[in-house]
Amino acid sequence: MGAMKKLINEPGDVVSEALRGMAAAHPDRLRVDHENRIVYRKDAPRTGKVGLISGGGSGHEPMHGGFVGLGMLDAACAGEVFTSPVPDQMMAATKEVDAGAGVLHIVKNYTGDVMNFEMAAELAAADAGTEVLSVVTNDDVAVQDSLYTAGRRGVGVTVLLEKIVGAAAEEGQPLQQVADLAKRVNDNGRSMGMALTSCTVPAAGKPTFDLADNEMEVGIGIHGEPGRQRLPLAPAKEIAAMLVDPVVSDLPYQQGDSVIAFMNGMGGTPLIELYLMYNEVAQLLDRAGITIARSLVGNYITSLEMAGCSVTLLKVDDDLVRLWDAPVNTPGLRWGA
Amino acid sequence: MGVDNFVNWLRDAAGSLHDNAAYLTELDSAIGDADHGANMDRGFRAIVALLDETSFETVDELMKKAGMTLVSKVGGASGPLYGTFFLRFGTALAGADLTPATIGEAFTAGVGGILQRGKAELGDKTMYDAWAPALDAYDAAVAGGADLAGALTAAAEAAAKGRDATVPLVARKGRASYLGERSAGHQDPGATSTTLLLESAARTLP
Repeated sequence: MGAMKKLINEPGDVVSEALRGMAAAHPDRLRVDHENRIVYRKDAPRTGKVGLISGGGSGHEPMHGGFVGLGMLDAACAGEVFTSPVPDQMMAATKEVDAGAGVLHIVKNYTGDVMNFEMAAELAAADAGTEVLSVVTNDDVAVQDSLYTAGRRGVGVTVLLEKIVGAAAEEGQPLQQVADLAKRVNDNGRSMGMALTSCTVPAAGKPTFDLADNEMEVGIGIHGEPGRQRLPLAPAKEIAAMLVDPVVSDLPYQQGDSVIAFMNGMGGTPLIELYLMYNEVAQLLDRAGITIARSLVGNYITSLEMAGCSVTLLKVDDDLVRLWDAPVNTPGLRWGA
Repeated sequence: MGVDNFVNWLRDAAGSLHDNAAYLTELDSAIGDADHGANMDRGFRAIVALLDETSFETVDELMKKAGMTLVSKVGGASGPLYGTFFLRFGTALAGADLTPATIGEAFTAGVGGILQRGKAELGDKTMYDAWAPALDAYDAAVAGGADLAGALTAAAEAAAKGRDATVPLVARKGRASYLGERSAGHQDPGATSTTLLLESAARTLP
């Protein structure tokens, strides 16, 4: 395995220098608290609006900092690469974006993220009396949800949730309603991912796992953690079926159900391959009698330079499609505004 | 003994975690996300920086501040877990004489905090698999009349055995649990850093 080859200065400075870059690139939409590593919507707090905060380890860009702005998040807390942010950050962000309507924490289901957000919510409630509700995303069907695991991971649905819930908060829905909506989105979305290559955490300096040229890892998460199954590389058609089948079979689907179909890249896979994969997914859904109401194709929840993809299907009704179509203006997603 | 022993413990632990950072990260690469060594090193370097600029009058004040530093600097699951340990450990020693018995009570409180925050059970392949036997061995040694050095040595040895016993286990908590059966055959990074902490305590506290 070769030496680490990255566009960096010092491994320890990657997160802070990337945040400086975000601040420099998007001064119209964002402001960044560099000390606490929090990306804020420039005009936060918005009076009367529920504050939406997410956060997590870095290395998943554009998630979450790239989803801060009109119609999505009010703040995103950046941890070290693949490491949860700490309670101080979420407490500071919670106080900053609270405009009297309360704050929703959007947390991906990883042991560290859940613990750190929990501590922050307890402290913010005790300290400033801010009303905080939380939603934990856990849409990854690769993980058996049982007493014997930490539960399913939060992956692709998190992106769709932040967009849809962001629209609801933007139109002034109250905290409980926004939290209920977040839960509904999570409950109706499922994801499955795969990797063609590993990825290298800058501080580690070498790939997290080794994958031979003729192998792929199926059931991958977004932290370079190995998946559940290592298989020989297969044609895209077969890989698409390996991803779509467990996603579709995990929820009751009926003929004519509509979905948002999200073909996500892990960071190192070009769009030409993602569109090729999307074509396979669309054909599989057509055969299953599932209607694609909206689509999203691109690198949105990534795992550094890992090559590979994930498929997320979110079952939607007219209300969710309306919120999906609502204006959004963030560095990572923008339409209608 | 006094607050200086605990300062020495934290400094010694920081050195040990720094020396073993690459090893911990390597263990974490196999079944986790390759950040445990770097995270623990960052947290304990922050504690050393704190010790360099602040002097502490009491053990509880020192340990609580060390715990908050870990919560603030480590991230991941290790930050809240180790942070909670030191917070509870310090709180339990507030106003107490430093004896093998009171330190044992503080250990019990600290491990209770880890259990409450992490919700792990014995055999889940987590740091608790090192903490639980260490605490039992400590209590048994004190009950048998051991001094602090004897009790801590027994605790460190039991932690090492618990750490080694995580190798064949299938993880049921934390990121390694996503691997299912594939997590077997690897030593748990959290149980490994816990053992380093306790070995350091046995070197420095008595």
